[in-house]
Amino acid sequence: MFAFLSFGVGLVFGLGLIVSGMANPAKVLGFLDLAGPWDPSLALVMAGAIAVAFLPFQWAKRQKMSLLGAPMQLPTSTRLDRRLVLGSVLFGAGWGVAGFCPGPGLVALGMGVPQAYVFVLAMLAGMLLFEGLERWRAKT
Amino acid sequence: MTIDWNNFTPWSSLLGGALIGAAAGMFILLNGRIAGISGVLGGLLRPASLAPGDSGWRVAFVLGLLVAPLVYLLFAAWPAVVVDASYGALVLAGLLVGVGTRYGAGCTSGHGVCGISRLSPRSLAATACFMAAGFATVYAVRHLFV
Repeated sequence: MFAFLSFGVGLVFGLGLIVSGMANPAKVLGFLDLAGPWDPSLALVMAGAIAVAFLPFQWAKRQKMSLLGAPMQLPTSTRLDRRLVLGSVLFGAGWGVAGFCPGPGLVALGMGVPQAYVFVLAMLAGMLLFEGLERWRAKT
Repeated sequence: MTIDWNNFTPWSSLLGGALIGAAAGMFILLNGRIAGISGVLGGLLRPASLAPGDSGWRVAFVLGLLVAPLVYLLFAAWPAVVVDASYGALVLAGLLVGVGTRYGAGCTSGHGVCGISRLSPRSLAATACFMAAGFATVYAVRHLFV
């Protein structure tokens, strides 16, 4: 049931990425290039997404269970720490290098774009590297 | 600053954004979970710490993303996907995105869409950081080192 639902949500999410233009790295870089001819489109992607998702999340914050009876799993941490800032800066730098973030990388991979295979493989390697570093840190 | 009116796509970007927001909203309302791609994917890479039954929905979500282009094809031809980055740059970008989203506990979807929608100060800070780093990187690549 939840797996079926997750597939549908991933599908709609992916369609949104294609329709919005976010699956195209050249368009993403056009947004990130403030000093060049600037394409503001992606600001509208964010605005459209938040406009629709805002009320559901405000409702969800006050619930313990989802409408289907699953436990509501919202992040509980409120700390603005070095991990959050440094991690996000590294992510943003990688985003700026190629114009791919995780979702569009997977969607472009679904289109068979060769560069997306390389990006996604390297991203998975980066995530595994993180897991390895965490385990190493826990030991020392 | 000059606006690139030729490539500006306000309506399709708003519509696509609304679809993304609808997916994220549906996910929290029905499944009680954050539709954050890096978190969904990252959880699969440490199966030891996953509770039983916590991997099926993750795989299904990723499959949905991968299949989306094929469903899109039923309605229209794919829009252009233009990648200017070299293969070396793609490897560097992937590593940075992989490590960074796990350390920062989220990406454009988890922090940028879900986190801002629930007005999380952490996600607002994370989004400010990755946007600033994205702007700075593209500035450096396109305007300083050419």
